[in-house]
Amino acid sequence: MKVPDDLKFTKNDEWIRVDGEIGTIGITDYAQDSLSDIVFIEFLVDKGDTINKGEACASVESVKAAADVYMPASGEIIEINESLTDTPDLINSDPFGEAWMVKVKLSNPSEIDELLDPNAYKTMEHEH
Amino acid sequence: MYIPHTDADREEMLKTIGVKSLEDLFGSLPKEHLFRHLNLPPAITEMEAFNELKYIASVNETTENLTCFLGAGAYNHYIPAAVDQILRRGEFYTAYTPYQPEISQGTLQAIFEYQSLISAITGMDVSNASHYDGATAVAEAVNMAYHQFRGKRKKFILSPGLNPQYLETVHTYIPIDGNQFLGEDLPLSSPPSALYDLIDEETALIVVQYPDFFGRIYDYTQLIRKAHDTKTLVAIHVNPLSLGILKTPGAMDADIVTAEGQPLGIPLAFGGPYLGIFASKKEYVRKMAGRIVGETRDNKGNRGYVLTLSTREQHIRREKATSNICSNQGLMTLAVAVYLSLLGKQGLRQVATLNYDKAHYAADAITSIPGFELVFDTPFFNEFTIKCPVSAKKINEYLLDNDIIGGLDLSEYYPALKNQMLIAVTEMISRDDIDALVDLLSEVAK
Amino acid sequence: MTEPTIFELSSSGRKGFEFPKSDVPKAELPKNLLRENLPIPELSEMDVIRHFTKISQLNYGVDIGFYPLGSCTMKYNPKINEETCRLPGFLYLHPLQPIATVQGALGLMYELQEWLAEISGMSAVSLQPAAGAHGELTGGLIIHAYHQARNDKKRTKMLIPDSAHGTNPASSAMSGMHIVQIPSDHRGNVDLNVLKAEADDTLAGLMLTNPNTLGLFDEHLKEIIEIVHNAGGLVYGDGANLNALLGISRPGDFGTDILHFNLHKTFSTPHGGGGPGSGPVGVAKHLVDFLPNPIVTKIEEGTNDNPPLYGFLKPAKTIGRVKSFHGHFGVIVRAFTYIMMNGDEGLREISEHAVLNANYIQARIRDSYTVPYDRICMHEFVAEGRWQDAPEVHALDVAKRLMDYGFHPPTNYFPLIVHEALMIEPTETENKETLDAFSDALIKIAKEAHENPEILKSAPHSTPVGRLDEVRAARDMILTCTFPEVSE
Repeated sequence: MKVPDDLKFTKNDEWIRVDGEIGTIGITDYAQDSLSDIVFIEFLVDKGDTINKGEACASVESVKAAADVYMPASGEIIEINESLTDTPDLINSDPFGEAWMVKVKLSNPSEIDELLDPNAYKTMEHEH
Repeated sequence: MYIPHTDADREEMLKTIGVKSLEDLFGSLPKEHLFRHLNLPPAITEMEAFNELKYIASVNETTENLTCFLGAGAYNHYIPAAVDQILRRGEFYTAYTPYQPEISQGTLQAIFEYQSLISAITGMDVSNASHYDGATAVAEAVNMAYHQFRGKRKKFILSPGLNPQYLETVHTYIPIDGNQFLGEDLPLSSPPSALYDLIDEETALIVVQYPDFFGRIYDYTQLIRKAHDTKTLVAIHVNPLSLGILKTPGAMDADIVTAEGQPLGIPLAFGGPYLGIFASKKEYVRKMAGRIVGETRDNKGNRGYVLTLSTREQHIRREKATSNICSNQGLMTLAVAVYLSLLGKQGLRQVATLNYDKAHYAADAITSIPGFELVFDTPFFNEFTIKCPVSAKKINEYLLDNDIIGGLDLSEYYPALKNQMLIAVTEMISRDDIDALVDLLSEVAK
Repeated sequence: MTEPTIFELSSSGRKGFEFPKSDVPKAELPKNLLRENLPIPELSEMDVIRHFTKISQLNYGVDIGFYPLGSCTMKYNPKINEETCRLPGFLYLHPLQPIATVQGALGLMYELQEWLAEISGMSAVSLQPAAGAHGELTGGLIIHAYHQARNDKKRTKMLIPDSAHGTNPASSAMSGMHIVQIPSDHRGNVDLNVLKAEADDTLAGLMLTNPNTLGLFDEHLKEIIEIVHNAGGLVYGDGANLNALLGISRPGDFGTDILHFNLHKTFSTPHGGGGPGSGPVGVAKHLVDFLPNPIVTKIEEGTNDNPPLYGFLKPAKTIGRVKSFHGHFGVIVRAFTYIMMNGDEGLREISEHAVLNANYIQARIRDSYTVPYDRICMHEFVAEGRWQDAPEVHALDVAKRLMDYGFHPPTNYFPLIVHEALMIEPTETENKETLDAFSDALIKIAKEAHENPEILKSAPHSTPVGRLDEVRAARDMILTCTFPEVSE
């Protein structure tokens, strides 16, 4: 299971990459693997929406399961990776790269400190 | 009945389980009220039951013995003998939902063909594997539009021309909490253009009927164009038999099509089981409720069919699913698939044309009687509304005395319309039947 | 083996059915309302019969063999039911005919309402709901309406045990409730401590499947109902598992407020490849006025000379109609026939033998499969389709391998609280020889899982098609045949 060093994680298997006041969000290698072949993604937010930490921004589906993607931090949605709707399998093949889901302008950067660092995420016990 | 155990079987089985008697198997149940006597009629054999049910059935007067001009959502059509022969195959009717595709290809292929036929007659991209009936299909269209806009649009426009039973079902299904229903209180004479002013950016869906409850046929192309200006969805509820000749909802650019499938080979059977047809544009398929069958390949490369896109459904998405629907009307979809396959292109055109022609002959003949007139001058298919010189109730009593079931007395749903009647004419009605009706109407109006 | 689709079998100009020539003049339809193309297939009657007969043979049904699908009660469907529901006096009735012409049908519906009330201990029954989940929705809407009518509007919390039926959460959500899941304790009962903690003044109700999906009767039924009632909530009984309780114990006697029936499970009506079902709803006295519109009632009592007059009644505070007309009448006639032929004693024997059969299989396979809640079960039980020393084998593989032995697999991966669940419900109509053959097959498969796991992983080997690619189906989304002549 890949866990890149430059990201922060949630217990629910989302990752965020922080670059100044911009956060890029996706789901982890572990999450894509446990869902297996992903066939669909639906974005539950629109550009310009202000979303709180813990609210769902997207929903991903394999043939047997559906899972919501929750915001690791609050802020305004500034970009949505719409191309994933046509190629949801990218989430399986490149979860930390091309399969980023949304970019957010962080409204409360201190929330990032509450997230898991790579080591803590690696050793965490998954619920599913 | 139907328990095969011998005494010896029972003894041996109890011994294997490690208990002494059948009663011992119920030790975890509360002792109160255990094994109480049920006050039911004593058991009877198959022969006796059949006789008794034949008697009960004989008390009813049927559309076989009476001439039926009643429609209003259920229609008396001929069903080719071959349809029921297929439905009676135990391989079909004693199977469960096709969750194990390797041993359910019969059900799956039949549903796939049904979906294809519905798509073909409605002009829509996709159909699901059915809802319970026309009324619940309409309610599910409202539900689907609500989810399509993720609850952000809360206005729903319901045409006053919708079947009142469908309107009631929509209101039962969709809680008022924060939602707004418009349009249904408009005058019954309102054309589709009367809905234009109600449409805005908050409107999720417009539901119209085609032909509508009063039999009228409108082209909804303009309404749909108007609705799409604000990205509002439009659902058209159709009589599927009329699509043998009528312009398709797909050609009008409808987003959702619902229908009561009963006219396509399903017996009247006192109201059910019928079939809720549900089709849409492909882009909305993820919010569509109910099962869907898709084509795929097996591990040897052979074509096969599976239930697909299941993550939309309640057993995976739980409380976030669009709907809780689980059982569908599987066997009824089979009836429709067989019916449409038998009729084919020519047969479906022929039966739709027969309905159209006979209804128009009847309307002309009835309105030639002084005092009887058509309420609307809009085109109609196999059903039309007439205004009578006396109450519809009085007319229907007189007709029944003469072995005719008259049209729907509209005052049952619209108390003010005491003298109005909705008359349905199908291919089952002969010219002689219509002429006899006209004679009786002339008598009762005197 | 694959069969072409009806679209592929079509040949332009062929006819499978012809209507009589018209006896009235031709009427003109405005051109702008006409459809252009009608792209449906053209076949002869024999083509159609052969096609559907061929594909029927790719199916497995109760008429072919043992179908121990947990929670689905795949009992034998008596053939007399198929005759009674097709009697002309039932088949050719328009639902809106004057009530004077349909007294037989209405009387039958009235009797069935009464019988179901007697069997369950409920006060009144509506036959309108079309299926089990539809009954659940009806029940949820009744609970919602009941609290609203008492002006107790904050009650929107529905408690659902993790051993409940899968449809319960979605049904509750559609009734305007939010859902809180209640865990099971180590004996498979509802965890009373969690239940007590959640039973506050926002409680709308509890949806209790009893026996639950583990096939276990909750040992604290009376306490559960008391906790919910004391907090002001209502108890909804999911009657999908009623086949364990006929003539044994009535949910209504213990304070269940609402209960739905599955006529297509308990009362022998066929499943039809996924439907139609029928999901009547029974309620206790205080909820009778909320039942869906309409129910069948006696308008006039009968006398020595005259039978009673039956008609429809709109309950005073009805939630409204949940579908068109009066329910799945054809299914209702089948269930009526079945109850007539069984009576009090027959119904009790059904449940006794359903429970006997389930316990027998459980006892037979216990040494080969883990049974996580190992106590006397009711009409079904749950085993695990996994072994620590055969890690690559899953419940799905066991299920697929069972097909090679000629059986329909049990329900798998449900309930979610058991890992790799195999949920087995034999029903009362199976004889000991079948139960033994099935148990033997399961034991053999457990052995194969250890000795030759590949034969399980690649199963089934003897079915019309092999394992199907579900990912491909979801990605390709081919949901209709291609229409060769579509031009619209």
